[in-house]
Amino acid sequence: MTVASVPSGEADDILVVDGLRHSYGETLAIQDLSFRMQRGEIFGLLGPNGGGKTTLFRILSTLLAPTAGRASIGGHDVVREPQEVRRQIGVVFQAPSLDVKLTVRENMVHQGHLYGLHGAALDARIDEMLGRVAMRERADARVETLSGGMRRRVDLAKGLLHRPALVLLDEPTTGLDPGARLDLWSYVSDARKRDGLSVLITTHLMEDAERCDRLLIVERGRIVALGTPDALRESVGGDVIVARTRDPEALAVAVRERFGEDASVVDGALRVRRARGPEFVPQLFDAFPGQIEAVSVGKPTLEDVFIQYTGHRLWDGEA
Amino acid sequence: MMDTLIRPTMTLWQREIIRFYRQRSRIVGALATPILFWLLLGSGFAGTFHSGSESGGVGYAEYFYPGTMIMVVLFTAIFSTISVIEDRKEGFLQAVLVAPVARSTVVLGKILGGTTLALGQALLLLAAAPFLGLRLGVGDLVLIVAILFVVAFALTTLGFLIAWKMESTQGFHAIMNLVLIPMWLLSGAFFPASGASGWLRAVMFVNPLTYGVAALRRSLYAGTVSVGPDVPTLAISIFVTCGFAVLTFLAARSLASRPLDIGLA
Repeated sequence: MTVASVPSGEADDILVVDGLRHSYGETLAIQDLSFRMQRGEIFGLLGPNGGGKTTLFRILSTLLAPTAGRASIGGHDVVREPQEVRRQIGVVFQAPSLDVKLTVRENMVHQGHLYGLHGAALDARIDEMLGRVAMRERADARVETLSGGMRRRVDLAKGLLHRPALVLLDEPTTGLDPGARLDLWSYVSDARKRDGLSVLITTHLMEDAERCDRLLIVERGRIVALGTPDALRESVGGDVIVARTRDPEALAVAVRERFGEDASVVDGALRVRRARGPEFVPQLFDAFPGQIEAVSVGKPTLEDVFIQYTGHRLWDGEA
Repeated sequence: MMDTLIRPTMTLWQREIIRFYRQRSRIVGALATPILFWLLLGSGFAGTFHSGSESGGVGYAEYFYPGTMIMVVLFTAIFSTISVIEDRKEGFLQAVLVAPVARSTVVLGKILGGTTLALGQALLLLAAAPFLGLRLGVGDLVLIVAILFVVAFALTTLGFLIAWKMESTQGFHAIMNLVLIPMWLLSGAFFPASGASGWLRAVMFVNPLTYGVAALRRSLYAGTVSVGPDVPTLAISIFVTCGFAVLTFLAARSLASRPLDIGLA
């Protein structure tokens, strides 16, 4: 492997997606996706449910062949060279892929055997990886006796066991309490620092999105935005005014008529995005006396970015 | 070869065995049910079963013995392939499918695991042979074990074929009651073909399991008692049983090589 020493930008791309398209029968799940991911990057994939995230994840993990277009990982095509790609990637699925009847160590041994590792080298690797996620003491426990957070950590250690160049994480922090989520991120950053690991993560959580180097927002199978969290926030610009009121729908209509502002209702509150937000607040109170219960002004968050580009909240609580 | 084929297959095989021993109810269910059948039906039919030329002049307990063994094999094979559905639900299967191993490894590991368990359970029942007055030589035993292995392999593969695309274990049970149990009932395990009506005999003739039961019956009772008319010869039985195993395996490998769209959302 000399790829890492080639200085050209192309070779540094761990993942290249080019004109990727997939349809399930008549339904187009993703269309003409093209993007590149650099080595060592933490790359976030954001999108509403059914937006094509899962389809892309399955294509990249070699479980699904795209209808058209190409995707290559570490220079290997996901369709033509699936075995090469599989050696390059570690996959952590949304639901932990552990055998609950087996112990942590047994799960790791099987994983190692599937990836061509064995013997003393495998044992040492297992100890190291379990140590990194602080699960070494529980190595001989059956997985069914572990908490959700512990299973997630073991699953991550399992996905990283063969030292993949790229790890694909599908909603890895779902169902974790904030402490466990923080831990998981520290293990991921640690692996990136130590091994130069590249990380592709799908998520619907702001905290996860904030930690990514770059974010790709997909909706209805198309890329709607791609950039660093800061750049995306700047692209939205202005201030965001959120006002609580008894009838937000009626107020939104009134604000649109009166001020010509782009007012919407999100989460039962009126939301207006415009330049010089603080100046707008007194105007709002003057125009609708007694109707506004509370108001806040802030810079756009990633949530606002997401709403701006997709018209949805990132997480609508269902599904 | 070792790293990419044998060790991955062995590791998946080993997992099946470990899982089995950690779910003791499965051992009991797969073994106790057929033995209970054997004892109850064997003694229940003892009076009405005409031990004439149709059954080869043996009592029903003796007649039903090879059929019971095949039933043990069938039950163990079926229950071990139900885990294909569980593996998919629990996500274990996805992790195996993204590992750099050939699909035939995934198929073979699973099937050899189920085959080993089915064979092991059948051998426990074989230990009852002396109580039936059967005197089996080393050569007989080798042949019997080989036949049981091939039958176990074929039935486990059949279970795998059914389970692979199945979304629920309930669906699997429905197929089991609709297809696999009748397949066993009409294999000569339960009653001889010679006493059956014309269309039933035709079904029994094309049922591949008929030949597995016949091979086992002939090798168990070789030289001691006559097995009766209409039981295929040993050579034909072995040939058909091996063919059945090869065909089901090729079908399973081809099925598993196709993308799996169900339940991976």
